[in-house]
Amino acid sequence: MSEVVTTGQNTPQIEMTDKTTLGFWIYLMTDCVLFASLFATYAVLHTNTFGGPSGKELFNLSFVLIETLILLTSSFSCGLTILAVRKRNNALAQTWLSVTFLLGILFLLLELSEFRHLVVEGNSWRRSGFLSAYFTLVGTHGLHITAGLLWLAVLRWNLLKRGLTDITAKRLTMFSLFWHFLDLIWIFIFSIVYLFGVIGV
Amino acid sequence: MSKQTIETTVSSRNYVVGFLGSLVLTIIAFVLVQHHMFSKWILVWMVAILAGSQFILQLIYFMHLGREPKPRWKLAVFIFMLGVVIIVVAGSLWIMTNLNYRMLNSPQQINRYIQSQDGL
Repeated sequence: MSEVVTTGQNTPQIEMTDKTTLGFWIYLMTDCVLFASLFATYAVLHTNTFGGPSGKELFNLSFVLIETLILLTSSFSCGLTILAVRKRNNALAQTWLSVTFLLGILFLLLELSEFRHLVVEGNSWRRSGFLSAYFTLVGTHGLHITAGLLWLAVLRWNLLKRGLTDITAKRLTMFSLFWHFLDLIWIFIFSIVYLFGVIGV
Repeated sequence: MSKQTIETTVSSRNYVVGFLGSLVLTIIAFVLVQHHMFSKWILVWMVAILAGSQFILQLIYFMHLGREPKPRWKLAVFIFMLGVVIIVVAGSLWIMTNLNYRMLNSPQQINRYIQSQDGL
């Protein structure tokens, strides 16, 4: 975005925008490192079931596929929001942002019902090292989703009240990076936790 | 002018390609595993490759990695992150398997090993 440095008046603002996005990007990358350490923990502990059930017995792959597709679609609609923002189309941006929000809520509810199901059947995080690592990894992702949804709600409110200003547009761009990032992490949760779990590695 | 530039670099086609690609890759991985279409380790490799492809696809088409103008700070930070992640994950697995391997020996064996290493 910094290539568009034009008139003297605009330069400082563009400079700042660029730095903010870069700073946010660096935060996302450090968050990747956090998730990597949780993935490493899971990889080390996933065989330690302490006589309890393993992933193969616990995971319902079709259910997880639905969760995955919902999150992916929400990531897509978030991208469409950004396109609408670029075209300065406030109404369209609000529509796609609402779609993103609803899909995000749906994903969170499905994840919570999955957790509830596990806990009710006695397979909570206290059951085994495997389940502790599982709940920590997937739970941290869920926590990120929750934070993202709160942020999304605030942005939606901003769009409604203040319209599509430059600042809102910038915030939406950063939010979209965050939301895509969460979908990126989910690819690995889906593959490493659920698919590998069902394969029985 | 600035809006013009951005719009040419990011179009709706990007997102559609990213979305449909991810959808197909996810469903292929799901079908392969759900129906156990191959033996265990072939499946593991296929799932890993599908996940890797989807990762790259989403990075390019959703997060526009590498689309920024020349001093590519985002890309630089990303590559540094990959390095750290590989060291953390591979290192942890290496150390812990190694530890497991050593701890599986009987105490007598470990004693003998320690004695054999004495004086080093």
